[in-house]
Amino acid sequence: MTDIEAPGSAGTQLPPSDHEFTVRQRSQTRLVLRRFLRHRAAMVSLVVFVLILLWAFIGPHLWHYSYRKYTPDNSQPPSWKHPFGTDSSGYDAYAQVMRGTQTSLKIAILIALGSTFVGAVWGAVAGFYRGFVDAVMMRVADLVLTLPLFAIALVISSRSGGSWYWIAAVIAGLTWAYVSRVVRSTVLSLREKEFVEAAKALGASDARIIFRHLLPNSLGPIIVNATVLVATGILTETALSFVGFGVQPPDTSLGLLVSQAQTAVDTRPWLFYIPGAFIIAIALTINFIGDGLRDAFDPRQQRVRQ
Amino acid sequence: MLAYTVRRILVSIPVLIASTFIVFLVVVNAGDPVANFATSRQPPPSKAAVAAFARHIHANEPAVQRYWNWITGVLHGDWGPSVQPNLDIGHDLFTRFRVTVTLVASAMIIALVLAVIFGVFSALRQYSAADYTITFFGFLFLAMPVFWFAVLLKQAGIWFNEQTGSQFLGTIGEKSPYLPVDTTWNEFTDRIGHLVLPTITLALVSFASWTRYTRASMLEVMGSDYVRLARAKGLRRGTVMVRHALRTALIPLATVTALDVAIILGGAVITETIFQWHGMGEMLVQSASTVDVYRTMAWLLLSAVVVIGFNLVADLLYAVLDPRIRYD
Repeated sequence: MTDIEAPGSAGTQLPPSDHEFTVRQRSQTRLVLRRFLRHRAAMVSLVVFVLILLWAFIGPHLWHYSYRKYTPDNSQPPSWKHPFGTDSSGYDAYAQVMRGTQTSLKIAILIALGSTFVGAVWGAVAGFYRGFVDAVMMRVADLVLTLPLFAIALVISSRSGGSWYWIAAVIAGLTWAYVSRVVRSTVLSLREKEFVEAAKALGASDARIIFRHLLPNSLGPIIVNATVLVATGILTETALSFVGFGVQPPDTSLGLLVSQAQTAVDTRPWLFYIPGAFIIAIALTINFIGDGLRDAFDPRQQRVRQ
Repeated sequence: MLAYTVRRILVSIPVLIASTFIVFLVVVNAGDPVANFATSRQPPPSKAAVAAFARHIHANEPAVQRYWNWITGVLHGDWGPSVQPNLDIGHDLFTRFRVTVTLVASAMIIALVLAVIFGVFSALRQYSAADYTITFFGFLFLAMPVFWFAVLLKQAGIWFNEQTGSQFLGTIGEKSPYLPVDTTWNEFTDRIGHLVLPTITLALVSFASWTRYTRASMLEVMGSDYVRLARAKGLRRGTVMVRHALRTALIPLATVTALDVAIILGGAVITETIFQWHGMGEMLVQSASTVDVYRTMAWLLLSAVVVIGFNLVADLLYAVLDPRIRYD
């Protein structure tokens, strides 16, 4: 104990490395963030998406019409008083689109969170234990993958009474299997890495290894998938609501608004085009954000080969 | 190849049974047709009538037994009782299937052909203006809700008919209810006219995603060594691209196409609802709203068979497309 001195103490003073290497150390997170910030389409999309999000959730508190209060104006085209016009029974379309966007986003985000959580844990557990557990869990996931999403969601949610969390739960219950496949394949390679071995040697429990080591390290594919699921979620929910099996009046969603306006495309076009444009805007920005995240987490996929 | 095909079909039978069993449990528990029967009629049916109805649709039997009776019945051509009186589910299913098959098949063929053409073109001219345009529209169509675009197309069709004074583009139903001159040719053009708009609707979304896949896999293959070798040997670029690169690049597309069949069937439900076709889409919507267990199951069983069939075809196509893949 006498001869050895801790490095950095008085005897063996090492020169500070900054003098030799002027490049600042970058953590993985910072690298990813940097690449994402430089992805122009993704950044613009992120700004637009956040604006839509704020507008849909804060806007209704500031706007002087409610989505379920009649106004005296029927079938008005867009004006300063009603920026998105009104429908034939006098509802203010601005308030309705705001509410519809809110409901659709709420459902889509809950779908993404729910199915990502279930799918990630399912895939991580299957990939970590392998063998029999893996075989059984993955056969279950495969089975769920064979179910036609839209048809099953339609059959189940026809009984939902239109509550938004039930619709989200139904769709999430059919989309988690895809996430579990992706996470499993990542975990299968991660579990062979030295840091997992080290954690095991230190006596970490299986749960700790899965939740503190494996899942955080597969965050890249998980986040990319979650964004894609928001787009899938919003397109599925609006389609369900359009056919009449999703959100029910008096509540409203973007799909329901388009459905109610489909007979009035010529007479009151603003009722049809605006909610549709919002669905496209949300799905489009989400897809671009997902693309940017994919490039940021996995720069290998951006091949510049000629 | 034949042995492999037979093996694959045999393997997919347990998958089909397990999948339909789960779906059956879900559908049986998703609603109460007896309560629906008792409350939705005017005047309300008597207790005896309700009990007879419950017996008729086997509502009181345990689910496992109902499933067993149903699946063995289907093998003998008995698709189970519908909640609607005098509705033969099997007959209903196959009449509607013929209607939907035309739509789905034409949409898939058009989407595939266009996706390969645009995807390959996009890859060959990577980072050109054309590539960016195709990519942009790809993203746009991927974000476009099918139902919104369908309503838009329907309006465009009505406008087109008004402008040209013709009745060519049908916007309601899969055929005209009545033809003034009833010849085979007229009937054919009438069907085609009704097919145009729904096909475009349904083809659009798959076209967008398949173009992206073709482009990506084409770029991948174009960077591979064997393509460079073929070029180095002095083969013409066009020959190499079509005969060497495209062939391999089509493999991921085959997989994706097979996986997307379920999505297309879902899209067909929406398309048929908007264009008021009497196909499988209408059947699913009707059976969901009338809580018709056996009719819903008939729909889901047929779609499961179609999906499994497409996956099998995709697996067999790999061997045709890539000579390195051998099944024996």
